[in-house]
Amino acid sequence: MTAAETYEVDAPETVIDVHHLTKSFGGRKVVDDLSMSVKKGRIHGFLGPNGSGKTTTIRMLCGLLTPDSGDGTCLGFDILTESDRIRRRVGYMTQKFSLYQDLSIRENLEFVARVYGLPDPRGKAGAAIERLGLKGREKQLAGELSGGWKQRLALGACILPEPALLLLDEPTAGVDPKARRDFWNEIHALAADGLSVLVSTHYMDEAERCHEIAYIAYGKLLAEGTVDEVIAGTGLVTFTVSGTASGPDVHHLQAELKNRPGIDMIAPFGASLHVAGRDAATLEQAIAPYRDRPGLKWERGEPTLEDAFIDLMRRSEDNFQ
Amino acid sequence: MTTARGTNGNGASGGGSFGRFWAMTVKEFIQMTRDRITLATMVMLPIMQLFLFGFAINTTPHNLPTAVLMRENSDVGRSILAALKNTDFFEVKTVITRAEDMDALLQSGEALFVVEIPEGFERSLRRGDSPSLLVAADATDPVAASSALGALPGILSTALENDRQVAFAEPVKPAFQIVQHRRYNPAGSSTLNIVPGLLGTILTMTLLIFTALSVTREVERGTMENLLSMPIKPLEIMLGKIAPYVLIGLVQALVIIGVGILVFRVPILGDPLSLAAATSLFVITNLSIGYTFSTIAANQLQAVQMAMMFFLPNILLSGFMFPFAGMPNWAQWIGEALPLTHYIRIVRAVMLKGASIETLAYDTLALVGLMAVAMLIAVRRFRRTLD
Repeated sequence: MTAAETYEVDAPETVIDVHHLTKSFGGRKVVDDLSMSVKKGRIHGFLGPNGSGKTTTIRMLCGLLTPDSGDGTCLGFDILTESDRIRRRVGYMTQKFSLYQDLSIRENLEFVARVYGLPDPRGKAGAAIERLGLKGREKQLAGELSGGWKQRLALGACILPEPALLLLDEPTAGVDPKARRDFWNEIHALAADGLSVLVSTHYMDEAERCHEIAYIAYGKLLAEGTVDEVIAGTGLVTFTVSGTASGPDVHHLQAELKNRPGIDMIAPFGASLHVAGRDAATLEQAIAPYRDRPGLKWERGEPTLEDAFIDLMRRSEDNFQ
Repeated sequence: MTTARGTNGNGASGGGSFGRFWAMTVKEFIQMTRDRITLATMVMLPIMQLFLFGFAINTTPHNLPTAVLMRENSDVGRSILAALKNTDFFEVKTVITRAEDMDALLQSGEALFVVEIPEGFERSLRRGDSPSLLVAADATDPVAASSALGALPGILSTALENDRQVAFAEPVKPAFQIVQHRRYNPAGSSTLNIVPGLLGTILTMTLLIFTALSVTREVERGTMENLLSMPIKPLEIMLGKIAPYVLIGLVQALVIIGVGILVFRVPILGDPLSLAAATSLFVITNLSIGYTFSTIAANQLQAVQMAMMFFLPNILLSGFMFPFAGMPNWAQWIGEALPLTHYIRIVRAVMLKGASIETLAYDTLALVGLMAVAMLIAVRRFRRTLD
């Protein structure tokens, strides 16, 4: 978080600043009155369930979709009228691998370099291959690469034209933990150099590696801020119940506690249960009959980011169904 | 990883518009060469079609099964029979003497032609009565029937005149006269006509499909989203996708013309440069039309279907299969809107009549016009967003 703090001391420049974005497909509002801002040099996590409008929002930011209403700027350029200039400075990594499978690694990178009008495309591609650790494999077809390498190549192609902003749409889906960690280290190194990143993800550990996160469900932005701010914003009070070695299985408890007033969320975590409520007093009341049950150990805990998200998702379901 | 952010100013840096076009061209060219089967098809298809059309499909019939009905046994009759036997057109299968047999032969298809020498033919000929010689033809295949019928009077009058010189001391004014003068194609060989037509047809068929697939393929493979997020403009994408196939089209044309000259003895009487210029123009026009389909179709299958829909009138209404002048006005108007019509006119004129492209300004301009319209529609239709 040091990089982010440094930037907070400087006057933070806003790279994404959009207001009231709305987009419908076939009469269904996919993005609904969404406003968000991303500051320069920050890694902004974009979270939300499947179909919540993350991809649509990202596409609107880089000019691939035209919003039905709303406006804003990306890197200071109007997203409605200056998408050509945005395209030049934004690296967009699509959810699905979208480089040419029948071109080699080198050919793909040279293509990108040429389209962006970089001087010496061959040299640029060569340097990128070295940086990616793909030297000696440059003639391999992109379609033959494993998931992790495809993702590295896609990121390499994205940053080749030296963009000011990266838009990454679920870049680590289907990638093993080691490759994910390497990927995030790279993202942090890029951000430290001043690159801004908006990255959508489903992984909690990835969300926690972001400077700021935005949570979106049913096309609406439900929470935005640092991880701590988002957790605090839900106002959850959490208890962790675990069974002692000889005690009963806590998972039976889940059925009993479910639907009791005051308990807004129950989720099993390994051998224990997270029981959370938005109001401390009613939560205490709800669990009181179970607290003295033998074989159970109750502990007041801090809500995790996942608790916060599940609660946000639950609440948005209540609102939209 | 070191990254300086946004060092490049406007989109015009580096290679600019040409650079982006070139990027696309190189990419398409590599993808084209990587698809070996398609590449082989591109070269083999013209050769295969040329041989099929050139050898198997021939509208100038040969050895048509013919019967001769001899109602009298005369010298004139025998010389007509001999003349018929001497030509390639007819193959005299049987000589019959009863009229009833004629119908049976025609109906069964044993004979497509029956030449009847009526009773008293020789006598009335010698009297100068201008007698009739009856020919019954199976006209179910009008092309075969009419071309053979067209050849018949010539054969018969030659036979009769030869006969007269033997039979009479002084030549008599012939009873009928047929003046036939086949220009540009004296042998009446349809191969000569078909090779130039085929050049245009094969190019239309293959080139339309190449570009018809190009945009839909990017959409189906998911690469379009990435391409659209890059700073490349619709015109640059279009030209970049067309350029590599111009080369393929010209190679195909070269193969077809080469085989035409070597195997079918088709001449190039006119200026080869005119032919090259017209061919390049025609190739680009077809690629543009195929590309336009690609921007309209939702998937590759639709694109191929649209290309086929366009291909059919090209074949039927361009004058390739049927004489252009014989079509009704509305069909001629449609024909005028098809690039193949104009190209066939140019190629026949240049190859067989020795014309140069300057004398074919109308058809050349028509090709330019069709190309411009297709490109305009394609660039306007191409959506830069995924909306």
